[in-house]
Amino acid sequence: MSKFSILTKGLVKENPTFVLLLGMCPTLATTTSAINGLEMGLATMFVLILSNIVISLIAPVVPDKVHIPAYIVVIATFVTVLQLVMQAFTPQVYSTLGLFIPLIVVNCIVLGRAEAFAGKNGVVDSALDGIGIGIGFTLALTVIGIVREILGSGSVFGFKFIAGDGILAFVMAPGAFIVLGYLLVLFNKIAKKQ
Amino acid sequence: MAAKSTLVNMALCLFGVCLVCSAILAGTYALTKNPIEEASRKALKEALSKVLMAEGEISSEAAYIDLDGVNYEYYTQTAEADSAVCWAVKSTVIGFGGPLTLLVGVERNGVVHATKVLSHSETPGLGAKCETEESFIRQFEGFESASRSLKVRKDGGEIDAITASTITSRAYAKAVENAVAVAAKIQEGLQ
Amino acid sequence: MEYFLIIISAIFVNNILLAQFLGVCPFLGVSNKLSTATGMSGAVCFVITLATLVTWLINTYLLVPLKLEFLQTIAFILVIAALVQMVEIVLKKISPALYSALGIFLPLITTNCAVLGVAITVVTKQFTFGGEAHLLNLGESIVYAVATSLGYGLAMILFAGIREHLAMNDVPKAFKGLPIALISVGIMALAFLGFSGMV
Repeated sequence: MSKFSILTKGLVKENPTFVLLLGMCPTLATTTSAINGLEMGLATMFVLILSNIVISLIAPVVPDKVHIPAYIVVIATFVTVLQLVMQAFTPQVYSTLGLFIPLIVVNCIVLGRAEAFAGKNGVVDSALDGIGIGIGFTLALTVIGIVREILGSGSVFGFKFIAGDGILAFVMAPGAFIVLGYLLVLFNKIAKKQ
Repeated sequence: MAAKSTLVNMALCLFGVCLVCSAILAGTYALTKNPIEEASRKALKEALSKVLMAEGEISSEAAYIDLDGVNYEYYTQTAEADSAVCWAVKSTVIGFGGPLTLLVGVERNGVVHATKVLSHSETPGLGAKCETEESFIRQFEGFESASRSLKVRKDGGEIDAITASTITSRAYAKAVENAVAVAAKIQEGLQ
Repeated sequence: MEYFLIIISAIFVNNILLAQFLGVCPFLGVSNKLSTATGMSGAVCFVITLATLVTWLINTYLLVPLKLEFLQTIAFILVIAALVQMVEIVLKKISPALYSALGIFLPLITTNCAVLGVAITVVTKQFTFGGEAHLLNLGESIVYAVATSLGYGLAMILFAGIREHLAMNDVPKAFKGLPIALISVGIMALAFLGFSGMV
C-alpha cells in the first residue's frame, strides 16, 4: 500500500465513523455543536497518532499474550497526558468535553488501530495511519456537529444565522441518534451508491 | 513479529511498560501542575473582575463565612479609603441537572452588582442558557434587593425566567438571593 | 428515599445509554437478538457493580491519600481489565452454566465505556440527591452502579425487541442495518426525555 493511500483511506473508504462504525459514544455525546465535535476529534487524533507510533515501536518486543494490556497502558498514558495538558492550557475545552476525554482510553478506534495496524506495521506507516484515521474521525464529528448545530440552535460554529431557538431535540440526546442515522443513510447513498 | 510468551518475559514486559508509563505521567504531572493552578487562578480572577466594580483592590485570599449551616467562600473589594465596598460571594444551589455555582458581586446596601456562572450541569439548549442569555443575566445587574423581590415572576417576584427553564431560573435567583444574604451578614460583622 | 431517588434517576431520567451515550458500541453490536441482549445486560450489570466497588475503594484509600488522582484513568482501566479476566476464570470454574451464558460477552466488556464511565463518574461527579451537592459514599456508589446497569439492561432489552421486529420489515436499502437502528434509538430516546425533570 502506498504512503498516500494509507493516509487517505481513513477519509472515506475506511472512515471510522461512517464505515467502520467505531467510537460511537463520543461521536454521539460531544457533537452538540460543530466546535465541540471538532475539538473532540482533535483530542482523539492526538492520542491516536502518539499511541500508534509508540505501539509500532514496542510491538516486536511485547510477548503475544500480554499485548492487549500493554497497549491499553500506553493508550491510557497518552490520554492522561492529554488530560493534564488540556487542564493546563485549555481548561474551558476540558470542562466542555468532560468525561469523554478519559473515555478516549476505551474508544474502540484507538485500540482497534493499535491492534489492526500499528502492531503489524512500521513507525512511519503507523503515524500516517493515525493521522489519516484521526482526520476521518474529526471530519465526521465536525459534520455531525454542524448538522446538529444548524437544526438545534440555528447557527454554525457559533455564528447565528436564524433568529430564535431552533429545534431543541437536536441538541439533546435523541437528535444525536437521529442525525447520525440519517447521515449514515446519506453516506450509503453517495459513497456506496446503494 | 511479537516475541514468544513466557511467564518471565510477560511479567517483565508489563512491569517495564507500567514503569515507563508512570514515569512519563509523573513527569507530565510535575510540568503541568503550575500551569493548571495558574489557569484556575486566572479563571477566578477573570470572574472576580467581571462581578466586582471596575475600581478598587480585590482581596487575593478567599475568606469564609457560615450562614444557615452552609459555608460560603467570598472575596472583598476595598476602595481607596480602605473600606469594603463590594463582595463577591460563591453561591451553590441545586439546579435542574445538578449543582449550579455562581459568583455574585454584591455592593453595600444589598444591590447586586453582577453575576457569573462558575459551573453548571443544566440541559444544553435549555437551562444552560443561564450562562449565555444576556437578557436574563442583565436583569440582575443593579438589582436592588432591599426593595424588590429576587424571585421569578411565577413565584411572585420580579425576575423574568428563561423560556422553558423555570427550574434553572428559580435556582439562579435563589443563588443570588443567598449571596445577598451572605453579604448582609458580612456587613453586619463589620459594624 | 435518597436511594430511591438515585435508582429512579439512574434508570429513567439519566439513562446511561439514551441520555449519557455510554456503552453505545456493544449496544448496537449485540442488540440484534433478545437472547444475546439479555446475556450482555447481565454481564454488564455484574462487571459494572464489581468494578465500581473496587475502583471506589482504590480511589478513596489509595489514590486520594497519596495525591495520585492523575493516575485515575490508567489505574481504573487496568483494574477493569484485570477484573474482567478474573471474573471469566472464576466463572468458568464455579458456574459453567453461567459462564456459557455470559462468557462470550465478557472480553468485550473491557472496552465498554459504560464500565469506565460509571467508575469515573462516581468518584468525580457532584451529585445532588438529598438536597446538597456531594460525592457519593460507598453505599450510594454501589446503588448508583446497580441502578445504572439496570437502566442499561432495560434500554438494551427494549431495543432488542424493537430490532427483532425491524428485521422482518421491508426497509429501504440505504436504511438497512445500523441507520434504521440509530433512528429507532433516537425515537426511543425522545420517549425517555419525558422522564426528565422527575427527580
